[in-house]
Amino acid sequence: MRLLRSTLTAAALPVALVTAWWLISRGSQSFFWPPLSDIVAELRPTWLGERLRADVVPSLLRLATGYALALAAGILAGLAIGLSARLRQYCEPVLEFCRSIPPPVLIPIIMLFAGIGDQMKVIVIVSGCVWPVLLNTAEGARAIDEVLRDTARVYRLRPAARFRHLLLRGASPHIVTGARQALSIAIILMVISEMFAASNGLGFATVQFQRSFAIPQMWSGILLLGVIGVTLALAFKLVENRVLAWYFGLRRHQ
Amino acid sequence: MNPALRRGLTGLGVFVAVLEVFPRTDVVGRGYLPPFSSIVSALGRQVGEPAFWSALLDTLRGWSAGLGIAAVAGLVLGVAIGVVPPLRSLTASTIEFLRPIPSVALIPLAVLLYGTGMRSTVLLIVYASFWQVLVQVLDGVRDVDPVAAETARSYRFGLRTRIRTVVWPTALPYVLTGLRLAATVALVLAITGELVIGSPGLGRQIALAQSAGAVETMYALVVVAGLLGVAVNLSIRAVERRTLRWHVSVRREAAA
Repeated sequence: MRLLRSTLTAAALPVALVTAWWLISRGSQSFFWPPLSDIVAELRPTWLGERLRADVVPSLLRLATGYALALAAGILAGLAIGLSARLRQYCEPVLEFCRSIPPPVLIPIIMLFAGIGDQMKVIVIVSGCVWPVLLNTAEGARAIDEVLRDTARVYRLRPAARFRHLLLRGASPHIVTGARQALSIAIILMVISEMFAASNGLGFATVQFQRSFAIPQMWSGILLLGVIGVTLALAFKLVENRVLAWYFGLRRHQ
Repeated sequence: MNPALRRGLTGLGVFVAVLEVFPRTDVVGRGYLPPFSSIVSALGRQVGEPAFWSALLDTLRGWSAGLGIAAVAGLVLGVAIGVVPPLRSLTASTIEFLRPIPSVALIPLAVLLYGTGMRSTVLLIVYASFWQVLVQVLDGVRDVDPVAAETARSYRFGLRTRIRTVVWPTALPYVLTGLRLAATVALVLAITGELVIGSPGLGRQIALAQSAGAVETMYALVVVAGLLGVAVNLSIRAVERRTLRWHVSVRREAAA
């Protein structure tokens, strides 16, 4: 009963909003605001046919590659910087500056080096996402419990075990925070890099529709990007609950 | 000089030296990465041009307009939704759903509605930074000490008194965190909008320099964008420390 009630409260407003959009836009003659039914009808033929292979999959692959590389680089560098106070002091001003550059302005620079192909987009995503991961990981490595550290030393954990069970585990709550911020930056950069200079991809196709005034198709692109954003956020939450199950449990008991 | 500061400056020095030496020794071609000194002199030329200042001003204007609208809307809605529990549970799923929608997906729509003017960029800024403020305000309102809330209820505080004396002081640190996050996001979106849509500002100057092949100017403008980011960060942090002088987190930091 309680579950039913909470589901109903959660679903009520979204359903009401979508219904309102559907009803208000029904029979809309406005060029810019086509009926929602048209947009939804456009979703399937526009994105699931030829464009699935040509635009959607390449975009998602670039996103995944860039995000994975940024995670790996950010975690490794972050651990190194977090563990050595001296290294941290050397790097701090430079990192502070690099982090403050709005990532999209790197697109023209990276285009100089890497052209406008897949490589450019992956580098753009990496160079934007790496900072939140790196800084949060460094913070997490600093916050690892002294007692745990000493225990690991007393038990003479091998470097590999120390890395996995002490450092990675200990810093993981912070790493996850950084990874969450990085994910939304990654999606933004994926879209922006394709809008700025590309020959395929979701962002490119959506802007192309807008330029050729294919309005329902453009709306379907916006809708698809929204759905991708929401799905990835949900997937992240699932992974987070799994990876940090020990941490949430620990906090509940405190 | 304390060692931390000395090491920081050394790190910065090494960074600058690498930027100077690599292009000069052709490790990286000059067409890709000009030496640091020529980036600085390009920056010097920019500073002398009125176009640079008007672009900087446009960026700041768009940033502050978008941030202002988002902050006010986020605050008002956040407090309104936060103090009425049924409203909070009703809107929670919608907020969770709308927040991760990437704001840049709205670029085509913004261009269609407002063309390449500043309003398109402001729309993006408002959408992106609104959620940062709203979510923090909601968290802050929820954090109100139950005892304080009950006390206020026993004394029959009116809604306005309750918000002013109980909710607001609890929520203020959260509000400022939200504003700090929103300010950074707003700057990113301001420059992105200018870069991609072409509304006036630093981002458009960067795009223009890029298409003109003026590599040094482009790097100089990117440095300016970075410095702008640092300035925004530092100033918001200063505001935070000032406004929350009374708060435990700041007092502890000062004592340490």
